[in-house]
Amino acid sequence: MSYDSALTIFSPDGHLFQVEYAQEAVRKGTCAVGICCKDSVILGVEKKAALKLQDSRTMRKIHRLDEHIFLASAGLVADARVLVDMARVECQNHRLTVEDAPTVEFISHYIASVQQRYTQSGGRRPFGISTLIVGFDPNNTPKLFQTDPSGIYYQWKANAIGRNSKTVHEFLEKHYAQDMSESDGIKLAVKSLLEVVQTGAKNIEILVITKDGNRTPNIQEIEQTIKTIEAEKIEEAEKKANKRKPATSA
Amino acid sequence: MNRIAEQLTLSASDNPNNQLDGGSSNTCGTGVQFELASGNNPAAFTQQYTDVKSEKDARIKMDHGTTTLAFKFKHGVLVATDSRATSGNVIASQSVKKVIEINPYLLGTMAGGAADCSFWERVLGMECRLYELRNKKRISVAAASKLLANLVYRYKGMGLSMGTMVAGWDESGPGLYYVDSEGQRVVNDLFSVGSGSTFAYGVLDSHYRFDMSVEEAKDLGRRAIYHATHRDAYSGGIVRMYWVKEDGWVAYPLEDVGELYFRYHPEIKLTHAAESPLTAQRAA
Repeated sequence: MSYDSALTIFSPDGHLFQVEYAQEAVRKGTCAVGICCKDSVILGVEKKAALKLQDSRTMRKIHRLDEHIFLASAGLVADARVLVDMARVECQNHRLTVEDAPTVEFISHYIASVQQRYTQSGGRRPFGISTLIVGFDPNNTPKLFQTDPSGIYYQWKANAIGRNSKTVHEFLEKHYAQDMSESDGIKLAVKSLLEVVQTGAKNIEILVITKDGNRTPNIQEIEQTIKTIEAEKIEEAEKKANKRKPATSA
Repeated sequence: MNRIAEQLTLSASDNPNNQLDGGSSNTCGTGVQFELASGNNPAAFTQQYTDVKSEKDARIKMDHGTTTLAFKFKHGVLVATDSRATSGNVIASQSVKKVIEINPYLLGTMAGGAADCSFWERVLGMECRLYELRNKKRISVAAASKLLANLVYRYKGMGLSMGTMVAGWDESGPGLYYVDSEGQRVVNDLFSVGSGSTFAYGVLDSHYRFDMSVEEAKDLGRRAIYHATHRDAYSGGIVRMYWVKEDGWVAYPLEDVGELYFRYHPEIKLTHAAESPLTAQRAA
């Protein structure tokens, strides 16, 4: 008997196959990476190449949930649209009843709860997206949370979701440093995306969020960052080559 | 009639199966549900029997005899009330607790229907505790008063009678809100509620300063309640006073307003002074 046709059936070895298949759908989506720095948080996304006749402005991967909370998703874009709208309503609801801005943890908990609810009732399927939720809490600390189709949510210092996220995550583990500056954070985000996005600056979009606001570096800035990264790579390679040669002077 | 309030105060999920409440919003309380009067308009039905203003022959008349006051000052919030309950011309009790201890750092006062105040403030206490558990931090006074206002707004026009002040200390310092069953919710540094409030306001407005010391604030609160009980027939009994400071509220020893009369009018002397135990106490 197949245990994967209905959502509400466990398999004998404890799997909810529909949820796992949803996580597969996430792995097909474009990559997104989030990095917490000292006074800022960086979101980087892989943009799908815009088709000729398409208006690329309508292809948004990064959504604003509230004043200082943003969300990037990987997976089924339509599911993301629905979840984002629910989250936006919940943020406003929080402001109405509690007269205070929601924390990033609060809204991540809410989104995760919605995703979990859809893994436990009949007649529905799970949301086919993982999300990275970034922002600042009212006490000005930067935060990054990740949710997935099973409804879990965890806080991260840096993480990646979507296509090749494992590669990007390993890269982040190697190169992440605590309390980075904003420019170092942007560099790391671009570097990690370059691991999986071959085509360069036109397919990378970055969002920088600080406690006072947010900005989107334009394509020239990203290209400049890439040039700096390439230059540094060449420098590194030269240094390594020089090390192998024995010192000639006495 | 209150559908907007219902949509906002109940769980914000669009899931019709509300049993799976694990995904519901952390902010919105669940409150308690009552069966309402049948028909399309339960408010109109109950209004016939409870609203004295519009129906002269309303059968359920609530008495609002009381004096409660609260004010913010540099060191926190001072809350003071009387303790008399009247039904018609009879003094039902002289020792009513009109300050409700919602939790160790939030206080609510009671004016209007005693049952309405104490019941809904206990529900508020439950919601505040749930908020704390879900969000790992204390609820703000603004949020607590908002929860209470939203709870009772759903029953607007159905005969609830509650005029309460929510006092506490949160991250933004001392907080004080006035919430009533008509749906009003306002913020201010100084409030007095009840039939004796006009007398209390006279005393409070004359001597209130934000930078009072704790002793000055206590004396002001005590005096204001005393003067209100002196002139208002429906206020009396004892003065119950609380001071809300940063780490919670503190209750003060009770003082009988009869004794306060002699303290504030030292020129009045009882005849047969030596025989009265009251004056012996005063002399001591």
